[in-house]
Amino acid sequence: MTQLMNENGIRCDGRKVDQLRNVSIKVGILKNADGSAYIEFGQNKILAGVFGPRDVHPKHMANQDRGILRCRYHMSPFSVTERKNPAPSRREIEISKVIKEALQPAVLLKDFPRTVIDVFIEVLQADGGSRCAALDAASIALADAGIPMRDLVSACAAGKVADQIVLDVNNEEDQEGQADMPIAIMPNLGKVTLMQLDGILTPAEYKTCLQTAIGGCKQIYEIQRKALMEKYFGNGGQ
Amino acid sequence: MMADSVIVEQLKRDRILELLKQGKRLDGRRLEEQRPLYIETGVIPKANGSARVRLGDTEVVTGVKIQPDKPFPDLGDKGILICTAEILPLADPNAEPGPPTEEVIELARVVDRGIRETEMIDLHQLVLVENKSVIGFFIDSSIIDADGNLFDACSYASVAALLSCTVPKYEIKDEVPALVEGVNSKPPVKTIPVSVTMARIGEHIIVDPTADEEACMNARITITTNSEGNICALQKGGSDGFTVDQLIKCSEIALAVGPKIRKQLEQLM
Repeated sequence: MTQLMNENGIRCDGRKVDQLRNVSIKVGILKNADGSAYIEFGQNKILAGVFGPRDVHPKHMANQDRGILRCRYHMSPFSVTERKNPAPSRREIEISKVIKEALQPAVLLKDFPRTVIDVFIEVLQADGGSRCAALDAASIALADAGIPMRDLVSACAAGKVADQIVLDVNNEEDQEGQADMPIAIMPNLGKVTLMQLDGILTPAEYKTCLQTAIGGCKQIYEIQRKALMEKYFGNGGQ
Repeated sequence: MMADSVIVEQLKRDRILELLKQGKRLDGRRLEEQRPLYIETGVIPKANGSARVRLGDTEVVTGVKIQPDKPFPDLGDKGILICTAEILPLADPNAEPGPPTEEVIELARVVDRGIRETEMIDLHQLVLVENKSVIGFFIDSSIIDADGNLFDACSYASVAALLSCTVPKYEIKDEVPALVEGVNSKPPVKTIPVSVTMARIGEHIIVDPTADEEACMNARITITTNSEGNICALQKGGSDGFTVDQLIKCSEIALAVGPKIRKQLEQLM
């Protein structure tokens, strides 16, 4: 078992308890998709592509009052240490659902009745926190597709490692740590749109963990904004 | 046909929203009150453990089968525990037979997570030969009548079936696990998980939503606590979100409602 934190409070990958991994986002990297983004979040390498609003197939899924959002989160067979069966696993189906529900409140689906917006996420390499990283990329890809949104969606996890609440749990910490709490927020509207928890927390730790994750989401939001600015206004400034 | 049911839905929706403004619910419950919970165990003698649970008009039958299996590749020092769920076609006019929908997969995984993350069953005690042979607990829930909050109904039924199960003894003979006839033990239970599912309708948080209430909800949350009063698993669902204050309130409700259910479950041991 690896030591998850040393006596100086430094984590197994050299970070402090409140430090994010390196995050970089590129916007509009796919030609065919209406919107796209590529994120590197620690060792995660994830693509997101958005198509739509477009006609719904199969037709019976269409909603007369509003558009629908579909989401597929998929891991490449080579994305993890042991080869992953390419067929969607139960875990991937669940993650697809929670990502869809995290994006849905941000997208103005009422403006696009009888259409679908498809969000495709491909995890090329997985590290801890891939659902949050995927969500961060998907939200940017939606914005890049020019789809009207109430807010961006920014996601980050916090957790409990070596009896301490830490920001942004990596793979080792997820496997061997005590708790993992992925969160997504709409930063300007102050709403939590994704939340899960695996692991044991006291009521006090639960509150701290929630606040820590939200702090991380806000840092991610700034990185997302910068990436969009970079794409649409050149030098990352105004 | 379709048009008729939509009108009823709209009228019901208006009524539910109107009552909530006065702090009331359609079936007369308080906002933080669960429906009556009935638990009967040992209903399927061929299973190693079983339970039939009614939560209001939602009804679930859960069976536990215990048999030797190979461990997961990266968890060779632990037994296997897998929860599944199925909404039977007879439970709901909208349910269809076939591969599980994403809703059902989420349901099973939330139930599974509650039992796994609280460490209810000490999986280390289920190893026959490390990395080779372990005891597996297969916990399968069949929903036979659906009226909302399948999460808690399946969770209580799964926990009840586990608490009341008997574990057959296996020994390694000629390098394969063999059943030792007539020797049973109690399951290695460490804590009792209790899930509490809440719905947010507008600004109101209600516990244990019915199907009608779920049709009106903005978002949903399931929080599982253990016997020590810690929060061990959580899942937010639904197409809208929660504020931080609401999430803290929900955790307090889960911690307040849990002990009563836990007491009912403890009597099954």
